[in-house]
Amino acid sequence: MPYLGSEDVVKELKKALCNPHIQADRLRYRGVIQRVIRMSKLDQWGQAEVLNFLLRYQPRSEEELFDILNLLDSFLKSSSPGVVMGATKLFLILAKKFPHVQTDVLMQVKGPLLAACSSESRELCFAALCHVRQILHSLPGHFSSHYKKFFCSYSEPHYIKLQKVEVLCELVNDENVQQVLEELRGYCTDVSADFAQAAIFAIGGIARTYTDQCVQILTELLGLRQEHITTVVVQTFRDLVWLCPQCTEAVCQALPGCEENIQDSEGKQALIWLLGVHGKRIPNAPYVLEDFIENVKSETFPAVKMELLTAVLRLFLSRPAECQDMLGRLLHYCIEEEKDMAVRDRGLFYYRLLLAGIDEVKQILCSPKSDPSLRLLEDQAERPVNSWALDFNTLVPVYGKTRWATISKCQGVEHHGPELPNTAAFPTSGPLIPEENKERVQELPDSGVLMLIPSHQLTAECFEKTWLSLKVAHQQVFPWQGAVHPDTLQMALQVVNIQTIAMSRAGTQPWKAYLSAQDDTGCLFLTELLLEPANLQMQILVKQSEARTEALKRFISVLETVIGTIADIKS
Amino acid sequence: MISQFFILSSKGDPLIYKDFRGDSGGRDVAELFYRKLTGLPGDESPVVMVTIGGSGHHDDRHFIHIRHSGLYLVATTSENISPFSLLELLSRLATLLGDYCGSLGEATISRNVALVYELLDEVLDYGYVQTTSTEVLRNFIQTEAVVSKPFSLFDLSSVGLFGAETQQSKVAPSSAASRPVLSSRSDQSQKNEVFLDVVERLSVLIASNGSLLKVDVQGEIRLKSFLPSGSEMRIGLTEEFCVGKSELRGYGPGIRVDEVSFHSSVYLDEFESHRILRLQPPQGELTVMRYQLSDDLPSPLPFRLFPSVQWDRGSGRLQVYLKLRCDLPPKSQALNVRLHLPLPRGVVSLSQELSSPEQKAELGEGALRWDLPRVQGGSQLSGLFQMDVPGLPGPPGQGPSASAPLGLGPASLSFELPRHTCSGLQVRFLRLASRPCGNANPHKWVRHLSHSDAYVIRI
Repeated sequence: MPYLGSEDVVKELKKALCNPHIQADRLRYRGVIQRVIRMSKLDQWGQAEVLNFLLRYQPRSEEELFDILNLLDSFLKSSSPGVVMGATKLFLILAKKFPHVQTDVLMQVKGPLLAACSSESRELCFAALCHVRQILHSLPGHFSSHYKKFFCSYSEPHYIKLQKVEVLCELVNDENVQQVLEELRGYCTDVSADFAQAAIFAIGGIARTYTDQCVQILTELLGLRQEHITTVVVQTFRDLVWLCPQCTEAVCQALPGCEENIQDSEGKQALIWLLGVHGKRIPNAPYVLEDFIENVKSETFPAVKMELLTAVLRLFLSRPAECQDMLGRLLHYCIEEEKDMAVRDRGLFYYRLLLAGIDEVKQILCSPKSDPSLRLLEDQAERPVNSWALDFNTLVPVYGKTRWATISKCQGVEHHGPELPNTAAFPTSGPLIPEENKERVQELPDSGVLMLIPSHQLTAECFEKTWLSLKVAHQQVFPWQGAVHPDTLQMALQVVNIQTIAMSRAGTQPWKAYLSAQDDTGCLFLTELLLEPANLQMQILVKQSEARTEALKRFISVLETVIGTIADIKS
Repeated sequence: MISQFFILSSKGDPLIYKDFRGDSGGRDVAELFYRKLTGLPGDESPVVMVTIGGSGHHDDRHFIHIRHSGLYLVATTSENISPFSLLELLSRLATLLGDYCGSLGEATISRNVALVYELLDEVLDYGYVQTTSTEVLRNFIQTEAVVSKPFSLFDLSSVGLFGAETQQSKVAPSSAASRPVLSSRSDQSQKNEVFLDVVERLSVLIASNGSLLKVDVQGEIRLKSFLPSGSEMRIGLTEEFCVGKSELRGYGPGIRVDEVSFHSSVYLDEFESHRILRLQPPQGELTVMRYQLSDDLPSPLPFRLFPSVQWDRGSGRLQVYLKLRCDLPPKSQALNVRLHLPLPRGVVSLSQELSSPEQKAELGEGALRWDLPRVQGGSQLSGLFQMDVPGLPGPPGQGPSASAPLGLGPASLSFELPRHTCSGLQVRFLRLASRPCGNANPHKWVRHLSHSDAYVIRI
């Protein structure tokens, strides 16, 4: 236990947060909680710790909730960022049903977050920036008026600059777009190639909304004739014409001359793709591609060769006279001399395709040239605050969602990997219910409602393992007539967040299904449905990972409703 | 909750290693940390790093570290804890070690290993923070700090007390007060000292046409007290000090800041009426007040830069004429001024004409560096730089043009302004309520300093 003040305080806290008896007595519990919140002599570590503990507390009434929020309000103004962020997290979680309260809190935390972003401690600054990005995912306009705070200075370390560029890219709006773009343009010529490329990609991101300005800046950058800049600009162009077809004209005009400054595989692929798809509008496209074909023997990247094959064939469709000869040469090279099998196969494939007739080739290769449906930044679904409230003030935003996912996946594999059993088949019948089982069921305090987690995913192996290790908690029989439509049932179960692990096909006898669900406290419910056609009834076996009768009852009633509804539809 | 804590030197040598929970590998984690740090891919941040354990569970750790005066202070944890709290704890530890050992650095740490371990034992228990207050800790710490040389006031004056020669380090001039807070109990006379620093960091962005795009001042009032704890003191701030945009005080424009936050030990009962902060500081360093101010500065900016660029595309000759005007009051001066101007790629030669001999200019890392050790307020300095940029392409056949080539600029300035605060905030007085220990009058040092965080001028 960390130091939270005198002995009494600690005792009180333990009482409040760990003792089930007190937790059962709502009034007493509430009183203690309020006393804990009011404790005045805590230092910042104690406060942070208390806020952490309070995350476990669920106020029962709205009135109590706002009572607590009022008591905690002063924590939001603490001078310690740790306490402020802890309080913010608690507010966000407690007020999960009150979006306006959440927005309000995020407004309040703006000041401290911005202060931390310009803090002298680089590390704190970084953590704050990551959280700013997290907030921006849900409230895109939240920091727009403070965009200047996120301008980089040359002395900052690389990782902070990259974060700031990301933030700038996300908070751009009509009012600040001019200034932000001007700033980003300055970064594009930075000494550090990595940072320059990040800035160019950021401009490419903004270009989805503010196309004209960005394309102009990117075109200017091509004039620098720097390899590391040109390659990234061309890649950005490729992505851009795919998303915003209206800028195709401008991009096509900018492209001639780029080929001299591109050496790496990614950049070459992007350029060749552009020349192939939009070659009709670029006068010298065939000649650029011809140069690539001339040098194809010395080309080291198979991916570039593949791209080249496709591009030349596409261009051949729109400009046959100029391309016929070189297409022939390229195909000949790819089929006769190329050692990479994938490239060779691709060459052969196109050759045979051409044999089939030019119309067939057109049908296959002339796919749409853009996908405007992905166009606008605003169109990206705004994630609700509740989706990340639990991750706020943890390491998750600091690592980034994707990296965190890989980290926890690795950990998951570490923890569960070796323990998985090797058995292949599902159990054919559930074990019978032992009588003494019911006595072992412990009464634990439950939260009022059963909340099944929607994102819950259990693998078949895990299910099997858990199923075998648990005893049957509940057994029941439903009346049932006729066959089952597995699809309907599965869909209906999905609606109530019950996952289907495995199911027999329709008409199989006996018909079986295995289901799993998890509630918000982490309790697993595993279910077997068994339909013996002769009996006109469906047998249900439920197993539970933690023995809690209340939750079990509610789960069963949910299941009953679903099955009842399906049965009704059928009859 | 942290599992291990260690301090590495800038070269990666472990100086201090402490395992609090015994739940994760041995000392080699320090080495592992340094290996990861140096081998990190460019796009990942080093602040938080993870290592996935080879075999068995509970072997994966998160490293969280801060860099402080050339040292790495690293904590490892296996839980998904609050990064803010942990980073705060690490910097608090850094301050605490500084308080006890004098200043924080490789040499002082290795001289005081026993003391550091003792401190860590008291601060953290089983990975949980117990207390970080100097006040509480002094009851438990027995070891005396080993200081490199005996401290005397004469030394203080020779290192230039009022920030006069604080080097390029962006640290506050509190290094002048670098000695352990809790020195031996015998020499009482030396203990009666209080250092109060008002430190401001200035970040500015000026557009190419000279208009101001962004001004941002981050200010702090830091106190380092050698007085016995519990002695009350009162800090009087400028009376015209107002918080928020609407408040108006005194005559004239006043000194306005946007946001203020105070340390929890500050009593604010006299703040509203007289702008007096009352506090009973514990021994050691603490930040009494933090404030921010943006967009609206009462005084003129300290520096203005008037660049003019001549670029002859045909011959590849680039001529940059920089005129730097210092708008400080004539009595003030700026120190360690350095101008950093990124240049287009491929610059080969530099010829320079500088306005005074003590200046220096050189090329390095694709940029021009112009050092001006001392700039008097109201003065104007200039430098003419000629460079050849043969590789820079452009439509040939054009004459000299005034537009800057891409890749030139923006210019950044770094500097220190001793005895000057950009917000105009001053400490009127520092008064001690009672004379502690009945000894000689305590010495009170009040210092003001501004320095640049990012002072960027587009060209």
